[in-house]
Amino acid sequence: MFRPRMDMFRPLAEALRDLLPILGVILFFQLFVLGQPIPNGMRMLYGTLLVLVGLALFVRGLEIGLFPLGESMAQGFVRKGSAPWLLLFSFLLGFATTVAEPSLIAIAKKAAQVAADEGVIAATNEDMTAYALGLRLTVALSVGVAILLGVLRILFNWPLHWCIIAGYMLVVIMTWFAPRSIIGIAYDSGGVTTSTITVPMVTALGVGLASSIRGRNPVLDGFGLIAFASLLPMIFVMLYGLWIMP
Amino acid sequence: MFLQTLLETLRDVAPILLLLAFFKLFVLRGSVVNPMRILRGFAYVIVGMVLFLLGLEEAIFPLGELMAKQLTDPQFLGIGDHEAEWHHFGWVYAFGFLIGLATTLAEPALIAVGLKAERISGGAISAWGLRVAVSIGVAIGVTIGCYRIVTGTDLWLYIIAAYVIVIVQTFWAPRKIIPLAYDSGGVTTSTVTVPLLAALGLGLATSIPGRSPLVDGFGLIAFASVFPVMTVIAYAWCSEWLERRRELDGGEP
Repeated sequence: MFRPRMDMFRPLAEALRDLLPILGVILFFQLFVLGQPIPNGMRMLYGTLLVLVGLALFVRGLEIGLFPLGESMAQGFVRKGSAPWLLLFSFLLGFATTVAEPSLIAIAKKAAQVAADEGVIAATNEDMTAYALGLRLTVALSVGVAILLGVLRILFNWPLHWCIIAGYMLVVIMTWFAPRSIIGIAYDSGGVTTSTITVPMVTALGVGLASSIRGRNPVLDGFGLIAFASLLPMIFVMLYGLWIMP
Repeated sequence: MFLQTLLETLRDVAPILLLLAFFKLFVLRGSVVNPMRILRGFAYVIVGMVLFLLGLEEAIFPLGELMAKQLTDPQFLGIGDHEAEWHHFGWVYAFGFLIGLATTLAEPALIAVGLKAERISGGAISAWGLRVAVSIGVAIGVTIGCYRIVTGTDLWLYIIAAYVIVIVQTFWAPRKIIPLAYDSGGVTTSTVTVPLLAALGLGLATSIPGRSPLVDGFGLIAFASVFPVMTVIAYAWCSEWLERRRELDGGEP
């Protein structure tokens, strides 16, 4: 049965809250600083509505479908107490949620287009799709590894700041070797990965894990997984760059 | 257009579905609570993603590029074609700053993190204070990122300098705040902000003479993720210092 309720509209309000500040700043600049009308006003309005409704549906769908399922499974694996299964699940969770991250899809496509325009890759549809897919798979792989490492960190209680500092060092070293044209997108991929799907799923895993191990503070140990997930993609994407454009 | 995006999206979401189904059926084996509701959720996710991606192409990407193009137009700047210096681009920096500030202040994920932070710190860090600290971090980050694109300096110089500052700060920061500070960098960049910043950066690199979109266009998102770490640790210092002052003043509330 389909019964509309108030909680159907909350995601719409949240999506609106996400969009309004952006639109506000853009409109302010367009009207008062630049003093120009918005070109293609109708098309922009239509696109904004699509973003609004799409984001609301997406978030609502996550709330009723993916999150409860993911959380109950994360708890199930923690209770099961089998480390190999838990680690495998962590890796696959990071991988699968990142492959489906909408902003990563959009950015990878953009990056492929720019790389083709600049002649780094061939400007055929096939090559661009392959490059975008390769980029996304690389980032997804790295987030999978990051979640795996983050879970190991919680299990063995490694201090977070040493892990992060080591990660930063690796980023710096990789930057030395990576081709210049991949560095920008590599650095950006760290911030891109951790948005709508990945953050809640991964936080659920981390907090569930930390609260079921004795002597751990769920709030302190639960955090920190995201930090790994924004560091490793930089390193992996630079490796990908080395591999495809030596 | 719609069908193609739908097919691509189905392909993108399939791995998660397969993963969850496999583990649920073969490894964990318990029954699924409310399967119809979960299926409906997945249908929403797929349709929502299709609309969102189509909308990005129609509105958000063009808007970002349009703003970049207009704000760097020599006619708007009131200068000749080739005499643009970094200080002529004041409105670009103002736009970057405001976009960073406005989007982050309204970010729902950050509100949740702020409330958690208030709880672990016993009130020393307020939810509102954390939000402001992160937002200012993002705003400064995007502004410096725009400046970098305008001047065409190497991205890695800035990022490595930022890392050195963060590492030094980490050694002096209160232990409790460290995981939170690192995570706050990641949660700030929401699904709408990321494409907009990418479009803005690429637009700037395209319209400023002598910049290449490939080398200079990316990086704004990286700036927006690193700088909040600094401002959050700085905020923790300030609130700790204030607390100590208050205690020295004779324990007045």
